Amino acid sequence: MLCDICGKNPATVHLTEIIDEQMNELHLCEECARTKSSAMEQQFGLSDLLAGMVDFEQKNKEEGVPAVKCPNCGLTYADFKKIGRLGCGQCYNVFRQYLAPLLKRIHGSSQHVGKSPVRRAKAAATASAAVVGAATEAPPAPAVSKRKSGLQELKAKLAKAIEKEAFEEAARLRDQIRAMENKKAKE
Amino acid sequence: MQINDLLNHTSEWLKGTGPNSDIVISSRIRLARNLSKYPFPHWANKSQLDGVLDDIKAAVAKIDMLKSSTLFVLGELDSIDKQFLVERHLMSIEHTQKTEKKALLVDDEEIIAVMINEEDHLRIQLMQSGFNLFEAWSIINRLDDELGKLLDYAYLDDFGYLTACPTNTGTGMRGSVMLHLPALVMSRQIERVLAAVSKLSFTTRGLYGEGTQASGNFFQISNQVSLGHSEDEIIENINGLIRQIIEQEAQARQILLSKNRTILEDRINRSFGILKSARIITSQETIELLSMVRLGSDLGMFKDIDRRTINELFITTQPAHLQKIENKKLSSDERDLKRAELIRKKLNLI
Repeated sequence: MLCDICGKNPATVHLTEIIDEQMNELHLCEECARTKSSAMEQQFGLSDLLAGMVDFEQKNKEEGVPAVKCPNCGLTYADFKKIGRLGCGQCYNVFRQYLAPLLKRIHGSSQHVGKSPVRRAKAAATASAAVVGAATEAPPAPAVSKRKSGLQELKAKLAKAIEKEAFEEAARLRDQIRAMENKKAKE
Repeated sequence: MQINDLLNHTSEWLKGTGPNSDIVISSRIRLARNLSKYPFPHWANKSQLDGVLDDIKAAVAKIDMLKSSTLFVLGELDSIDKQFLVERHLMSIEHTQKTEKKALLVDDEEIIAVMINEEDHLRIQLMQSGFNLFEAWSIINRLDDELGKLLDYAYLDDFGYLTACPTNTGTGMRGSVMLHLPALVMSRQIERVLAAVSKLSFTTRGLYGEGTQASGNFFQISNQVSLGHSEDEIIENINGLIRQIIEQEAQARQILLSKNRTILEDRINRSFGILKSARIITSQETIELLSMVRLGSDLGMFKDIDRRTINELFITTQPAHLQKIENKKLSSDERDLKRAELIRKKLNLI
């Protein structure tokens, strides 16, 4: 069996993640397991925030990720690590691949459930996706915009992800589906 | 409205009314919002901050709910005025610093307070007396919709409302409830309760919010997580926790009454005696003694003192309030004298 993350080395570490009473199984090679375990420390308080960011810095160096800069406001990821604040709304798109795991550490989730603005700002939400692609190596696919795509579509994607054994993707889809269903039930 | 008009007004959250108002002082909700076209305040230049302020002012002028509100430009206020607004819980301590382009919008009832260009472009806050988070949410939700019709908020489908600090991303919502828990403190159960609170990822703060110590048996409990749960879920979670704490405090009060009645009555009446007769008193001692008198009033020991009088004293005896009342700068020693005088006047009238 090959590692679920890199798909190159043989999986020697078998990991069971339990999040919100949901179980995830992951089969990893030694190297990916090490990276993963540092990303898995959960329930960070505010004071741990900066320490957590340093972890990301080391991780980024190892992976040789180039310095990313927000084209809209000029904030770099290094700036963010130093001051603990983002520069503008678009930073969230530009630094998406680092912010998603960080948000997950802080909040236990990186998927918003709740109200959305009456009037939607189009520019901030979409503009920088292309820039991200250019500035970094392939970022993870932007999370599916759950309100636009229907529940059915998500379920189909989930089935595919499970078929591919893409468990991280599957877990993310599952959370989205659950959030949507909860919301529907409430309404 | 002028700042001085607030002196003769009781803030909504101090009225001592609303559900469970023997134990719960107030409920508040704040929403963090940013405008998509400007950088967040700490990263914006002066003209951008001006733009934020102008856009928000223009929107505010069109909203009926904000008809009876006043905008204070922080840069135009002196340090006593700024401290005065913090003491009334209308804004944060952070909002008193580096005040350029910062503003505060307050409605006449002191139910709505909006900080502009604090950590985020908008920090919309709603205050209610007693245990009333859902009511607070229903009002602030409407106000947020009104503002959202006129302003483009920074928002992404997956991350929700985007905030300067990732700890507020998502709903941008912080719900908090201010509790008065003297019996849990006296019976030494409070550590256990607070440990449980933090285990459940809620935060406890003192009277003045972030970074302040709990004093006078007052504890402010709020959610830490703002992403991954809907606003209703977050409120329901806080409510569930608060209901349990209320029940434990009520139980602890009953046990103190049935097992240690004389000791309790002695402590409460001594506190009342000191407040009614002291000539010099610090604000810390005042808060602690008032806490005891408030407990006595909740337990029906002082039939003639209404809760509102006591609540008001917690605020009017604070340093900036005393200086506003006297209309001049007072040293710490002078304040201790004036404070004792004010308390005697208020309590002996009763």
